Amino acid sequence: MKNEKGNEITGNKVTDILFCGTGGQGVLTASEIVSLAAMYDGFHTKKSEVHGMAQRGGSVESHVRYGKHVSSPLIEEGQADFFVPFYKDEHDRLIAYLSKDGKDLLSDLENAHLACENKKFVNTYMLGRLSKHLNISQESWLKALEIGFKGRFVEENRKVFLEAANKA
Amino acid sequence: MKTTLLLSGDEALARGAYEAGLKAAAAYPGTPSTEILEYLAKFPEVDAKWSVNEKTAYEVALGASVAGVRSMYSSKHVGLNVAMDPLMTSAYTGINGGFVVVVADDPQMASSQNEQDNRLIAKFAKLPMLEPASPKEAYEMARIAFEVSEKFDTPVIIRITTRVAHTKENVEIGERNEIADKPFTPNAPKYVMVPGYAYKKHIALEAKLLEMAKYSDETPLNSAEINDKSLGIIADGVSYLYAKEAFPDASFLKIGFTYPFCDEKIKNFAKEVKDLYVIEESEPFIEEHVRQLGIPVKAKDVSYRIGELNSTLVKEIIENKKKIEKPFTARKPVLCPGCSHRAVFYALKNLKLTVSGDIGCYTLGALKPLETLHTTVCMGASVTMFESMSKILGRGKVVGIIGDSTFVHSGVEGLIDAAYNGAKGLVIILDNSNTAMTGSQPNPATGVNAKGKKTKRLILEDICKAAGADIVETINAFADNLQDKIKELTDKDALSVLIVKYPCRLIYKIKDPVPKFNSSKCVTCGACLQIDCPAIYKNKEGKITLDEHLCTGCNLCVKTCKFGALAKKDN
Ligand SMILES: Cc1ncc(C[n+]2csc(CCOP(=O)(O)OP(=O)(O)O)c2C)c(N)n1
Repeated sequence: MKNEKGNEITGNKVTDILFCGTGGQGVLTASEIVSLAAMYDGFHTKKSEVHGMAQRGGSVESHVRYGKHVSSPLIEEGQADFFVPFYKDEHDRLIAYLSKDGKDLLSDLENAHLACENKKFVNTYMLGRLSKHLNISQESWLKALEIGFKGRFVEENRKVFLEAANKA
Repeated sequence: MKTTLLLSGDEALARGAYEAGLKAAAAYPGTPSTEILEYLAKFPEVDAKWSVNEKTAYEVALGASVAGVRSMYSSKHVGLNVAMDPLMTSAYTGINGGFVVVVADDPQMASSQNEQDNRLIAKFAKLPMLEPASPKEAYEMARIAFEVSEKFDTPVIIRITTRVAHTKENVEIGERNEIADKPFTPNAPKYVMVPGYAYKKHIALEAKLLEMAKYSDETPLNSAEINDKSLGIIADGVSYLYAKEAFPDASFLKIGFTYPFCDEKIKNFAKEVKDLYVIEESEPFIEEHVRQLGIPVKAKDVSYRIGELNSTLVKEIIENKKKIEKPFTARKPVLCPGCSHRAVFYALKNLKLTVSGDIGCYTLGALKPLETLHTTVCMGASVTMFESMSKILGRGKVVGIIGDSTFVHSGVEGLIDAAYNGAKGLVIILDNSNTAMTGSQPNPATGVNAKGKKTKRLILEDICKAAGADIVETINAFADNLQDKIKELTDKDALSVLIVKYPCRLIYKIKDPVPKFNSSKCVTCGACLQIDCPAIYKNKEGKITLDEHLCTGCNLCVKTCKFGALAKKDN
């Protein structure tokens, strides 16, 4: 079946993306942007996180699930299709969430740090890399970037995102 | 055109209430309910207020209902304990304008001091309770709750949990419906709860509960989905979604109107299915009721009463397993770089004092390596427990420590108690001029209200003096004489309050020149690490490193270094 934007929604398959890092690394903004982009493309989207201690350097993990219909707001262990880490230690701690055929974006994190002089844009770079694997339209991504960053650094974010998305 | 937004459960609930014509809202911050009032504060049509604590919030909101408008209270689960007194009796008085009580439980304690299950409060207080499973449902149930409130003349509790409050989902929103104010007519038998009137009200309340039980059996908020009949699951709130994820083909009785129970629907559902389970987080609230109806139901092991559920745990419950607790591996939270609370803990640690603590960012002072806060029970308890502990443990040994928001919440009464009962010693108020722990809300000592408008500012010095403190002094958190001042006031034969002032760096983003680090003088003794600042750490080669980007230049680490490796930059 197709959604109203003409994107393929294959059966009831839900796409599961796990983000992790520590407070202040932009984990929550990144997961918000994916969720918005999926929503703009007409998917049912759920994003769940606990942000009680996030501001105080604690662990932050954010679960994003989208598809035709999503029940649980949480990804099961061993089920994440994509794992987007912003911090190596947290990556190692939560790796059991990744499914056997899942995609780990850890190597992209190193590239993101090399590519982004300003660390503010690391999460945008990671989103660009992630976008290569998802069935979300570029139009929705760009709109989500603008809304997710509340209109700040629109041009820079767009540039970093597209650079990462277009890289092989 | 229809608008769809990605809303959290808190925001969706607030949006639903706004569209239902809400005119008044009062709350006290607390994770995970804080965002409800923050969202409502943006609407000019809603008189949204931060109250000083949950009891006052409840009464402020109830007063608005009695005066004739739709009104809402919100707090975290333990907040409802503080509001229990008005809550219990408001079940008797009933309401005038629709009145909704939102309470956000925190199974797994993402940011709380206990895991109490407030579904039990519905039964105890004899109030109806609704439980949305998701933001979409929270949005819809807000409107329904106001209708139920006015239909049955009762406050209605909406219980959410962290996974509903802080999950975001696409929610299609609508327009606001203005609801006409109801006139207030004096009616002592309804609003004046003296024994004679209250007795009659209790009789009426029991009858009302029977009516509401009928409603519970009629409302589509409780509905059966019959699929594979070999497995039947009764589930409420977010537990339903976990169970649905784990067993998509099972039969379900989805509970959205939790109390009073829908007995007929439960009985009919039980007849339809072979194995019957109740999937619910925390206490066996529904399970015990199903059993009371004489229906055999499979029980979850006690171990699953602890923490939250997820779809994996639901599968385990159905397989009759016991929960295996995993080691806690998440990073420990720390005070921010440059946080003024750290300076106070450094002084208290040097003085080897026993610290009667409270709830706020400063509770982190209990963790290693600071370990300088020795009790935390509930908000306000630092002052009252200091009162008795200092008497028993002796002069000069104990101090009480409390944040500005917590002091206004319920520390003031404790200080009056301490003065009245002749306590001696020191209470420290950590005045960072906001409620930092819950995300920087203003409080009366900030002098700004929920709408961001300037208002009367509570002068902490004045209220402490009025409460009966003998000495009230104010000091900068980074003053050189902080430790001496604490020692002097702790030892004095007087009741003292020391107000330690420094603005919260999370909101005010203060950055001073960072200290100079001279690695050739560093002997890696580790003394600077004992203040647990995220800006100083040992790198992979075992060398002390100062992260100049994170450092805010508070210079507390300079005080810890005996070798001159860390030095204040002259500017
Ligand atoms: C009864 C109750 N209500 C609300 C909370 C949530 N809560 C935890 S700490 C805190 C206030 C912290 O503010 P403050 O005392 O000023 O300390 P700060 O975090 O700013 O250091 C609140 C509202 C709670 N734990 N218990």
